[in-house]
Amino acid sequence: MHELSLSSAILATAEKHAAGRPIRVVTVHVGKLRQVVPDSLSFYFEVVTRGTPCEGAKLELEIIPALLRCESCENEWEPDFPTFRCPFCVNGKVKVLSGEEFQVESIEVEEDEHAPNQG
Amino acid sequence: MHRTKVKVIEDALDANTTIANANRDDFDRHSVTVVNLMSAPGAGKTTLLQRVLKDMKGVRVGVVEGDVQGSLDADRLAHLHIPVVQINTDSGFGGECHLDANMVRSALRSLPLDEIDLLIIENVGNLVCPAEFKVGEDIRIMVASVTEGEDKPVKYPLMFRACELVIVNKVDLLPYLDFDLELFNHHLDGVHPDVPRMFVSAKTGEGMEGLRDWFVELASKRTAGAAN
Repeated sequence: MHELSLSSAILATAEKHAAGRPIRVVTVHVGKLRQVVPDSLSFYFEVVTRGTPCEGAKLELEIIPALLRCESCENEWEPDFPTFRCPFCVNGKVKVLSGEEFQVESIEVEEDEHAPNQG
Repeated sequence: MHRTKVKVIEDALDANTTIANANRDDFDRHSVTVVNLMSAPGAGKTTLLQRVLKDMKGVRVGVVEGDVQGSLDADRLAHLHIPVVQINTDSGFGGECHLDANMVRSALRSLPLDEIDLLIIENVGNLVCPAEFKVGEDIRIMVASVTEGEDKPVKYPLMFRACELVIVNKVDLLPYLDFDLELFNHHLDGVHPDVPRMFVSAKTGEGMEGLRDWFVELASKRTAGAAN
């Protein structure tokens, strides 16, 4: 259900950087450790963008794999099951190197070629 | 017309984080320690508060109640005669399933922060969404009850990771359930190794003294820090 709020957050971030220009594509990095359902996010994105400069924009989601590093033995691994204990030395202090992203990477906007202030 | 790619690289929840930081500044200014209390619906958060906040050994407590609708939870705390503010999230599309920083910000106006040492924010009952939205808290507590099943940490890892304490409630029911406490601990250890945990029953009072002491100590850390 929180995909609705997350979609609104993506829209707000995209609009901030679009400076009023129509948005065609929004690329978002979603870490695998976030509990975000991509289909649900796409559905709500379409709902929240109606009547905005983002209407009809494509939401491109790139899923970022989880990568963990043990703070003790410094081994790194990609967990496929949600376990955060080091499989090599069983230490519990683990750093998340990637997998927690929820980041708008880029947007593609329409430029009006005759406009004086194109970016 | 042509298309331009604009690099953004911005956390989509930056707006929420900014407001959470503003809340945090207000809490710091008034030396208020803030706990974000999260759980599934029905885990017993409000009963826990009713019980544990009765005698807080001089610590002045305030509560923010988050629910989709109604003020039932706030009403249940009325007998404690402490500041309680109810937030309803139903102004959104079907009612938001979590509190965000802005909702908590709107509640701050109704709270006498100067007269509060410890503010407990009881989030909307939900095992997914509250973990995504910081509200300006110092500490997050996850309440899990034994009627929910021992597999919840691996099914909802984000919630069990995004907390500094796990309270396991309703342990008085253990003799009547198939709940495997050892397996629960094993799952929890996998998801959040070495997270502190307390086993309590808000109904019988088991473990309540320990939890009260924990809250009192948490609040006094801030007070001691402010005095230095």
